[in-house]
Amino acid sequence: MKTIKDVASLSECYDLLIIGAGPAGMVAAATGAEQGLSTLLIDENPAPGGQIYRGITTTPVAAKETLGADYWRGTDLVHALTASDAVYAPETTVWSVGPAAEGTSDPGRMEVGVSVGGAARLIQARQVIAATGALERPFPIPGWTLPGVMTAGGAQIALKTSGLVPDGRVVVAGSGPLLYLLTAQLRAAGATISVMLDTTPLENWGRAIRHASDFLRSPYLGKGLKLLLGAERGMRIVRGVTAISANGDSQVKSVRFRHGSKEEELPCDVLLLHQGVVPNINLANAVGCALDWDEDQLTWVPQTDDWYETSVKGFAIAGDGAGIGGAESAALRGRIAALGAGHRLGRLSANDRDQRAAPVRAELMRASRGRRFLDVLYRPAKAFRIPKADDTIVCRCEEVTAGKLRETVALGVTGPNQMKSFLRCGMGPCQGRLCGLTVTELIADARGVPPTEVGGYRLRPPIKPITLGELAALPKTPAAIKAVER
Amino acid sequence: MSSVFGGGAPDVIVIGAGIHGCSTALHCAKRGLKVVVIEKDHAGRHSSGVNAGGVRQLARHVAEIPLSAYSMELWHRIEDLVDDDCGFTSDGQVLVAEDEAEYDSFRARVAELNSLGFSHEELIDARELRRLVPAVAESCPGGIVSRRDGAALPFKTTQAFRRKAEILGVRFCEGVRVTGIQAEGSSWMVSTDAGAIRAANVVNAAGAWADRTAADLGEPVPLEVIAPMLMITARVEHFIKPVVILRSRKLSFKQFSNGTVLIGGGYLGRALRDQNITVLDWAKLAENAKTVWDLFPIMRGAAIVRAWAGIEGRMPDDLPVFGKSRIHKGIFHQFGFSAHGFQLGPGAGAVMAELIATGNTNTPINGLGIERFTA
Amino acid sequence: MFRRLPDLGGETVNFTIDGRPATARLGDTVAAALLASGMESCRTTPVSGAPRAPYCMMGVCFECLVTINGIGNRQGCLIPVAEGMAVETQKGARAIASEYSAKGDAA
Repeated sequence: MKTIKDVASLSECYDLLIIGAGPAGMVAAATGAEQGLSTLLIDENPAPGGQIYRGITTTPVAAKETLGADYWRGTDLVHALTASDAVYAPETTVWSVGPAAEGTSDPGRMEVGVSVGGAARLIQARQVIAATGALERPFPIPGWTLPGVMTAGGAQIALKTSGLVPDGRVVVAGSGPLLYLLTAQLRAAGATISVMLDTTPLENWGRAIRHASDFLRSPYLGKGLKLLLGAERGMRIVRGVTAISANGDSQVKSVRFRHGSKEEELPCDVLLLHQGVVPNINLANAVGCALDWDEDQLTWVPQTDDWYETSVKGFAIAGDGAGIGGAESAALRGRIAALGAGHRLGRLSANDRDQRAAPVRAELMRASRGRRFLDVLYRPAKAFRIPKADDTIVCRCEEVTAGKLRETVALGVTGPNQMKSFLRCGMGPCQGRLCGLTVTELIADARGVPPTEVGGYRLRPPIKPITLGELAALPKTPAAIKAVER
Repeated sequence: MSSVFGGGAPDVIVIGAGIHGCSTALHCAKRGLKVVVIEKDHAGRHSSGVNAGGVRQLARHVAEIPLSAYSMELWHRIEDLVDDDCGFTSDGQVLVAEDEAEYDSFRARVAELNSLGFSHEELIDARELRRLVPAVAESCPGGIVSRRDGAALPFKTTQAFRRKAEILGVRFCEGVRVTGIQAEGSSWMVSTDAGAIRAANVVNAAGAWADRTAADLGEPVPLEVIAPMLMITARVEHFIKPVVILRSRKLSFKQFSNGTVLIGGGYLGRALRDQNITVLDWAKLAENAKTVWDLFPIMRGAAIVRAWAGIEGRMPDDLPVFGKSRIHKGIFHQFGFSAHGFQLGPGAGAVMAELIATGNTNTPINGLGIERFTA
Repeated sequence: MFRRLPDLGGETVNFTIDGRPATARLGDTVAAALLASGMESCRTTPVSGAPRAPYCMMGVCFECLVTINGIGNRQGCLIPVAEGMAVETQKGARAIASEYSAKGDAA
């Protein structure tokens, strides 16, 4: 592996460009390089691992049992990447992906805008695999913008990368297997968590039980039981929580919650929120990939074929960005996507590709077993997706509230894109990452139609902000220089 | 005719619900005409909803000035017309001269306009330029200001015209695509993918798709489909009120009251009109950014958060096709505004309604007719 | 809000927050270093002036925007803290830094 730290060192064109160095991206890069493809792996973070294996090569948390065996499994993926001929560009952002100018020989060739340390450049790729992973589902409750409130995943990242644990009176709230995992990791590291507020709707159990047989035969069962039993020891767990708010002026001071008919308020210094993860589809959306609404996972999922190629030719999505499956599944899907790209580039025959993929697909089938049970059980409650209280902020950047959105629906504004024009929701720096799902579901709910009829934000590049200075200093591409000379 | 078009035969069918189609529909309704608007997407989906929002008389071609002046009167009382302020603000527009030679040509232009009886453009020296545009580069010797100019919010404006037109009885059929148009007796039959509808008058306000309707009518025009690109920054501290434009290099530059800065100027991306999509050209946006870099050094650290392009129709002479058909009674054209039609919308709709209702208008529109391409 | 686990070892990095000296552990991102330093918030919003602090730590939410070595609106959670780095909290809509350097060499 060769590591690149400035845009000038990048080649003009790569056979395969991969965005995101989590499990899917690392495996896709190693698989691409193994086929002899010139392969570039780009990642925003300073070290490989993505979020699930965040800081795996650098973490100061040395005691293996703190982060657990599943975390350390990522080491093998990093080793495979390091041993490959892939080029790795850390601390690098991709701000644009689009079709390359007309007239090139490959039909699927892409132009990719990248930026390293304040300098930008346009390069090309014959195939692109986005391995942009997942992000935590928005959790819009009153007070969720207060300092002291953060995502449980955010706290986990602080632990993995810096050995930091939340201090004072710590409350965790939400739903999903990751909530229990993160709680266990934080406690193993020495954090004191005073209470866990579990928002899993109690009626979900009844629906989930139908899918239990697969779950009982899956590796999730053992892990889950261990986490559940561990959580019960030395920590108060409140189940069936139906409303939560964070209170304070410039900092969270207390958390108020309802369970059954009871209301409680507890002092709180740090509130960690989590209700599952959803695919990070911002890049796919801006590139113009067709998206479907997944009613089980309550999110947009890109349409892909058997090799994870999207509706945009030459642009594939591997890992949780193509639908939540977890780290193990992501790595396997990274391999399949890179084999598909190798075939499209003429490097592998269809037969060769299929043979190499067959054992990976079998493994993927096994790794996916039991997933449906978890999806149904941890389908988040409506009250925590579509805020009831009108003063709850939905768009954190532009501070647009649920009430304002509902008022504007009543004026006849029927979709998120029109809503952007009226209220600026989704137009701040996060570009709708933290409010897109909420806005779609809230409009659908207010209009009494399914989310598919409402649609989602149509996102605009740059996918990540770029400074005017960086853009102005963009080096001329050979094509542009030629155009001037002509 | 009971269908998606509603009951009762209309007097006027408008094809296209951009700012022009919506404005013409509104003004026709005010004159008591029954109107149906047919739109293949939704109102303001393309250039009318995503343009830079410039409301500008400054630097216009002489042939457009009367229409533009009429429109400007309507802009200054836009709330009376559509019950919505449309986000219109009037802080002037400034054309900046980048060097002495350009400043000399500006002096000549203002003198020529004065001799034609137009006084909206005013030559300003370096001092007045810096008073109006404090952050402009030291090297600029002066410019021209049009003080009643300003800017509005394009999507809000188009929606406001649509909403007011609807209140006055106009029927909007969105998501309906026109597939053909034929004479039937003394009226016109417009076929769509949702059935056919008939009226004595048809207005072709189909923007970047208007050449197809014109060709159907035997009046082919050389319309070019373009995708002018724009980009906008994150909020920055307020530093400029008027809209700033350049002539030799392409730039239009405007800061909104919320602090965001809109940067445009007519650099073109690729328009794929049959797929309703545009592809950005970042190398050209980089040139656009370089111009801002030169003209407003304080903008260099501003973060670009979005870039986009709208699909628009441009004519070879950069002037719209506006007025009666050359050959057909009851057919009217209103398209090809060549990326500067937003300001003209309110006035052009009023003049078009006058043409339809009375057969004539007092506003000079000679030089804009379709006969310049089909005669 | 956060405390460092004991006995981590590793090198110490000296930087400044709004001109005041602070220390971090080599490998910290700017956002992690701010959390460790006890800072309650890293910016106020340009809309209402409300205080905000790092929220997602993974480059998604843009809540940890800070000015680093004179360049504003940087995502603190993606940038490793470095010796001598000047980190400034942001109040509302920031003035655009005129000292910003074209080549980005200040980053």
